[in-house]
Amino acid sequence: MQRNPQLNANGELQHLLSIEGLPREILVQILDTAESFAGVTEREVKKVPLLRGKSVFNLFFEPSTRTRTTFEIAAKRLSADVINLNIAVSSATKGESLLDTVANLSAMQADIFVVRHASSGAPFLIARHVKPHEHVVNAGDGRHAHPTQGLLDLYTIRHYKKDFTRLVVAIVGDVLHSRVARSLIHGLTTLGVPEVRVIGPQTLLPLGVEGLGVRVFNDMRAGLKDCDVVVMLRLQNERMRGALLPSAQEFFKHYGLTEDKLAAARADAIVMHPGPMNRGVEIDSTVADGPRSVILPQVTFGIAVRMAVMSIVAGN
Amino acid sequence: MKLPDAEALCAQLTAELRPRIGPKSAMVGLYTGGAWLAERLHATLSLKTPLALMDIAFYRDDYAARGLKHDPKRTKIPFDVNGAELLLVDDVLYSGRTVRAAMNELFDYGRPASISLVVLADRGGRQLPICAQHVGARVEVPAGMRLTLKRADDGKLALALESERAA
Repeated sequence: MQRNPQLNANGELQHLLSIEGLPREILVQILDTAESFAGVTEREVKKVPLLRGKSVFNLFFEPSTRTRTTFEIAAKRLSADVINLNIAVSSATKGESLLDTVANLSAMQADIFVVRHASSGAPFLIARHVKPHEHVVNAGDGRHAHPTQGLLDLYTIRHYKKDFTRLVVAIVGDVLHSRVARSLIHGLTTLGVPEVRVIGPQTLLPLGVEGLGVRVFNDMRAGLKDCDVVVMLRLQNERMRGALLPSAQEFFKHYGLTEDKLAAARADAIVMHPGPMNRGVEIDSTVADGPRSVILPQVTFGIAVRMAVMSIVAGN
Repeated sequence: MKLPDAEALCAQLTAELRPRIGPKSAMVGLYTGGAWLAERLHATLSLKTPLALMDIAFYRDDYAARGLKHDPKRTKIPFDVNGAELLLVDDVLYSGRTVRAAMNELFDYGRPASISLVVLADRGGRQLPICAQHVGARVEVPAGMRLTLKRADDGKLALALESERAA
C-alpha cells in the first residue's frame, strides 16, 4: 500500500496537503498546539523563536489576501523569514513549469512552501518532488482542499462548543465549488460529529455528496432546524461556468442567511463564514455583524492554527 | 536506591522561602512537575499574586533535532512580569537547558526585577552556567536513568527513577 504522502515513515505530519486521510490524533495535535499558540498571539511580544533561520515561501498562483496574509503573520510570529511570490505576475506567465519554479526556490534554501494553486493536486505534485527537509502546506488547490481553513473552522467550533460528539453542523451554499466545504466535512466526520448537513440548490451540490457521510437538504429552513453550527460558504461566481443559478437575488431569497431563517437553528448556534463575504448574497448584514457571528474570531484563530501547522511540519 | 521524600522537601523549601517573600514576589511553575511543585508552594506560602504556569515547548533548543512536543500547554502569566521578583520553580534541575528556555520566554513578557530558581532536586550534570538558589536535595542519579516527580490522586508528591528509554 502506498504511504500517505503527508506523513513520514514514523506517521508524523511532514506536509499538510488535505484533511482527508489524516488520523484523528494528528487533527487533535494540531488543534491542541494551536491552543497554546493562541496564548502567544495575546502577549506583548507576539513571537517565539521556533523557526528562526528558516525560510517560508508563500507561493500563490491564485490571488488571495486573507490566507496569504495570515500565513505571513503566522510565519513571522514563529520568527521565520517570509518571501511572498505572486506567481500570477511572475515566471509562470513566462512559461516556467511548476516544478522548475519550485526547484529554483529550493536552490534558494527554502524550508516551507505554502502553496495556493487553481489546479487540484498541485501541492501533492510539489510534495512528491521536494527534498526531505522541505515541507509543503496546501493553502488551497482548485476545488479540492483548503486544509488550514478547515482546521481553523474546527478550532473555532471546538472553542465555542467544546465537544464535537453532540453537534449538528450545517454547511450552506455553494458546496460544489468549495474546497473549504470538502476539508471541513472530512475534519468534522473524523472528529466524531454525529450529524453534518449540506444545504443548497441541487445545481451547487456535488454529485454523490451523500457519500461523504452528510445529510443533504435543498430547503434551508428544514436544514437549519436545531443546528449548533452554521457554516456559510461564499457564492463563487468566478468559478462558475454556465447557468447554475438564476441570479444572486434569487439565491439570497432561498439560501441567504437572514435572522428569520437562522431562527430555525438552536438559540446558541454560532455562524461562521470563511470569507470573503458577499453581503446580501449568501449572508445578511444583520447576521454577519450579529451576536451569533464568529466570523472575525475565525480570522484570529487562523493565525494560531497556521503557526501550529508550520511548527509541527518543520519539526518532523 | 533510596530517594528523598518529596513531601519533606516541600516543607523544607516552604520554610526556606517564607522569609524571602515580599510584596513583589511572584511564582512561575514549569510544566509538568514544576507546575505541581509550584501549586503546592504557592498555596503553602499564601502568595498574593496569582500563580503563573509555563510550557517552554516553543523555546526549546532541541526543536531542530526532535521537533515540537505533542501537547504543549498554554503558558499563562496572570501578572505583570515587569519589576516582579520571580521564583522560577521546576522539579528536577539537570542540564540547565529548560531553565535557559524559561528565562528566554519570561523576557518576552517583560523585564523582571530578579529571577531565583527553586528546584526540588538537583541531579548535577549542568551543560550551561546555571545554578539554583533554593534546592530541596542533591540526588545522585545512575547513568541511563531519569529522575521525575509524580503526583498521586490525593495530591501527594513523590520522586521516582525511570529508564531514559521509557521516556
